[in-house]
Parts: sequence; structure tokens; C-alpha cells
Amino acid sequence: MIKFVNVSKRYPETGDVLRNVSFHLQRGEIAFLTGHSGAGKSTLLRLIAVMERCSRGQILLDSEDVGLAKENQLPYIRRKMGFIYQDYKLLTDRTVFDNVALPLVIAGYGHHEISRRVRAALDKVSLTGKEKKYPLALSGGEQQRVGIARAVVNKPPIIIADEPTGNLDPELSAEIMFLFGQFQQVGVTVLIASHDISLITQLNRRVLKLDHGQMVSS
Amino acid sequence: MKRSHHKNTIRKDPPARPVKQDVRQTKKAGGDFVDKLNAYRDLHAHALFSSLGRLVASPFTSIMTIAVLAIAISLASGFYILVVNLQQLTGNLETSNQISLFLRDDVSDAHANKLADTIRKNASVQDVKIITRDQALAEFKTYSGFGAAINALETNPLPIVLQVLPKNTLEDKQGLETLQDTFKQSPEVDFAQMDLQWVERLQSIVAVARLFASLLNVMLGIAVLFIIGNTIRLELHTRRDEVVIAKLVGATNAFIQRPFLYTGFWIGFISGVSAWFIVTLLMLILRQPVEKLSGLYEGGYHLLFLSFTETLGLIVISSVLGILGSWAVLICQLHQTKAE
Repeated sequence: MIKFVNVSKRYPETGDVLRNVSFHLQRGEIAFLTGHSGAGKSTLLRLIAVMERCSRGQILLDSEDVGLAKENQLPYIRRKMGFIYQDYKLLTDRTVFDNVALPLVIAGYGHHEISRRVRAALDKVSLTGKEKKYPLALSGGEQQRVGIARAVVNKPPIIIADEPTGNLDPELSAEIMFLFGQFQQVGVTVLIASHDISLITQLNRRVLKLDHGQMVSS
Repeated sequence: MKRSHHKNTIRKDPPARPVKQDVRQTKKAGGDFVDKLNAYRDLHAHALFSSLGRLVASPFTSIMTIAVLAIAISLASGFYILVVNLQQLTGNLETSNQISLFLRDDVSDAHANKLADTIRKNASVQDVKIITRDQALAEFKTYSGFGAAINALETNPLPIVLQVLPKNTLEDKQGLETLQDTFKQSPEVDFAQMDLQWVERLQSIVAVARLFASLLNVMLGIAVLFIIGNTIRLELHTRRDEVVIAKLVGATNAFIQRPFLYTGFWIGFISGVSAWFIVTLLMLILRQPVEKLSGLYEGGYHLLFLSFTETLGLIVISSVLGILGSWAVLICQLHQTKAE
């Protein structure tokens, strides 16, 4: 589902941030992406999100070579992925419902379909009844779950999470990880960038480790 | 790929879900296109009203921007209507092909009458009107407002004037000039002035004014573009998070641009309407003095206001400038957010 073949990313200012990175995540696989700060995790995630393009190598998402995609096709590639962030990246001036609905509105779904899917997604993350609240009125854990609902509402085959438990206590983290496990069970490919070693070892999942831009274990 | 993937996954979902999924599948088969069309219409309607809502939500900023734009646009349309009025004024004069003969000081009234009779016999002349010194002075006193000053004069400085009205058949300039030359040669005539010359001069002044107004309007149009562009740039800056998030969840540039384009439209539209109010107000203030002035020149001149089509044009042009200004900025700026 996500395949990197000898991918390098070079910035004019900092030089090579990723060097010859190769890995392959199968459909329905869950994996952690770890590494020290500056190891290239964020860059790797940005490459997957096609917010940037790699300098060398090949990236395949859902068997599609994103290097060959034209600029105007990139939004459609992004719609195959749900992104979850440490800082949630919610629109604070919109309700929970509107935040979760955003990917559907963008994809051009009708009213009823949006309403139905948003409710289903909120139900999945146990936030039923909070549709009309604004994000800032919710706790950190709840905000993160709004972010998750937004990431899965469009039923994407890939979910990318960047430090999703960074701001949460262990109990909430475990809850979130349980949710990811559920998505994986229904065939979604999940990649989680995390520092949380205890959580990773506890879950005993595949680990992709970056060190100074190189993949040291996959 | 994606669809079949979901079908496979449904069975593993909680039991309530497959039923819902089936309902959706059958419904989609029938009204997919209509649904999407409705959704598209809703998106536009939402962008139209939410962008207006945003302008209303920050009234101070909006009013300042719109005030600047409205003044710029009203200047442009003010110049336009000025030229339209000048054109109408010279248009009225165009028919006059009168020749005025200013007689020498030593010519008496009786002599002038005789000369008038001679001229009347000319085949190309329709009529001759004499304005005696006294008549001219009286007229001048009434209309110039220098009554008291003129009373102080010992002698009447004004000459006798013969107003020669050529036959209507004589319309070409050359014929008139030949006629003028004939009059010039008679010893009583000090000088002969063709009114047409004045009309021509006035017309070229109006032509210059019109060109000047057009150039100025182009400049003001460009200024409007820049002001709107800058406003949208700031708006884009404050809503940067929103743009980035929308991008991440797969928004196309068209989707991201839409609300900003509508904001540009509203700013242009409201400024256009405000400019119409400003111009109309100024014209109302000017109307009476202009009519008084026109009365002094014995002309029944009425000030022309912006017509319905011109008003419509003003508002349409302002709105289009609003959209263009925002569009130009969005094209440049959205390419930069790509790196985020």
C-alpha cells in the first residue's frame, strides 16, 4: 500500500534528510515509525502526504507512482489518506461536525451522505452528541478523537498519524491505539510516527526506525 | 480498488453497519449525479454567504477597505460622468454655424443697419441679427454680474455685432470659411468670428479631457486591483491554517480559492454600489449650481446622472475587478503554500 524504493530527499540548505529509504507496508498492516528528532520522520510523512516530492527514488501509494502524478492530481491522492496530528490541526472556528465533515465536503458529497457518515465516524470514536461543540470546548483526548474521526470519515485505505499520543496520558494513548488496531482489522494500512517507546514495545508491532535519514530497521 | 476493499472490510465491522452500507449503495445508484450537482451548488452558495458573513464579522476592516475602494471607483465614475456631460454640452452647440461680425468703433447704428441689409441679400445668408452697443451693454450688465463696474465706465466699450446666420444648406466648413472671408473684406468689419471655431476648440478640449479621464480610469482600475489583491493576501494569511488543513484533507486549489474569490467579489460589488451612491450624492449637490450657471448662459442645460446601464456597468466592472484582484493573488500565493 505504501512502498518506498531507494527514496532520498535533499534540501539545498541542509543536504540529504533521507537517504536510500526503502520499505513496503502491505494492505492492512500497522507499523510504527521511530527515530530521534531530526532523523527524517516528518520529511518522510510529508513525502507520503505528497506535500513534497522526493529528490531520488520512487514512492508508490496504492500502487500509484506519485512521482508521475501531475500537480492537479495530488489532492486526489491525498484523499486516499487520513492524517492525524499531534496538535490535532482542527479548525477552531468550526463545530466538531463541520471539522469532521470537511473531507466529505471537499470530495463533493451531498448533505445526507455527509450527515450520515459524520455521525458514523463520531460514533466510532465515541463522540456522539458532541457534534455542535467547538474544538476548544473539548479535552485534549476528545480533540484528538475529532481529528481521528476526520481522518477516517472518508474511509481512506491509508491512515498516517504523526505523534498522535504526544499530548495524551497513557490511558488515553492506549485508547487511541486500540482505535488504530480496529482500523487495521478492517483492512486499513496504518503508519504511526512515535517517540513513545514503551507504547511501541507493549504493542509488539512492526517498527520502521530512521537514523540520520537512513532506515536502520524495517 | 478502494470500493472492493471496503466491501471486504464491512463483514468485520460491527453488525449494524453492513445494512447501512447496502442502503447507501442502492441510493447512490439512482441519484449520484444529482447529489453531486446539488453538493456543488451548495458549496457555491455556502462560499457566497460565508464570505459575506466574514466581511460582516470584521466590520471595521471591511468598512475601511470598502471606503478606500468606493472613493477610488467613484473618482473614476465621476470623471466619466464629467466627460459625458461635457460631451452633451458640446453636442448641443454643434448645430450652430453662426458667424459673428464685430464692427469697427466708428461705424454708426444706421450704417450697421445698411450693412445688415446688404448682407441679407447674399444668397447663402438666411438672416442677420443686429446687436447694438446699448443692447450688448444691457445684456452684459444682466448676465455678467459686473453691473456696478460697467456703470462707472464713461463710454461704452462694446462694438456693434452682426450675427449672420448662414442658410442651412451651407454646412460644410469650407463654404463657411469662404463666407467669412467675404465679410472680413468689407471695411466696416473689425473681425469675423465663426462660432464653429469655438465649437471645434471646445470639442478638442473635451477630447483631451476624455482621454485624460480614460487614462485616469485605467490607473484607478489598477489601484482597485492592487487594493483588493492586498486585502485578499491578508485574508489568506490569517486563514493560513485553514488553507493548509484543507490541502491536507485533499482540497483542490479550486476548492481553496472559492471562498476568497467570493470575498473579492463582495468587496468589489459593495464598493461599486457605494461608489454609485457617492457619485449620485455629488451630482445632487452640483445640480443646482450647474443649472444656475447654465441659466446665466441662457442654456437650459440639465446635468446628466449615471444611467441605468452605466450604473449596472459600474457595479459589474467593480465586481469583476474584485474577482480578478483576488484571483491574481491566489494564483501566486497558493503556489507558495505548496511547500508547507
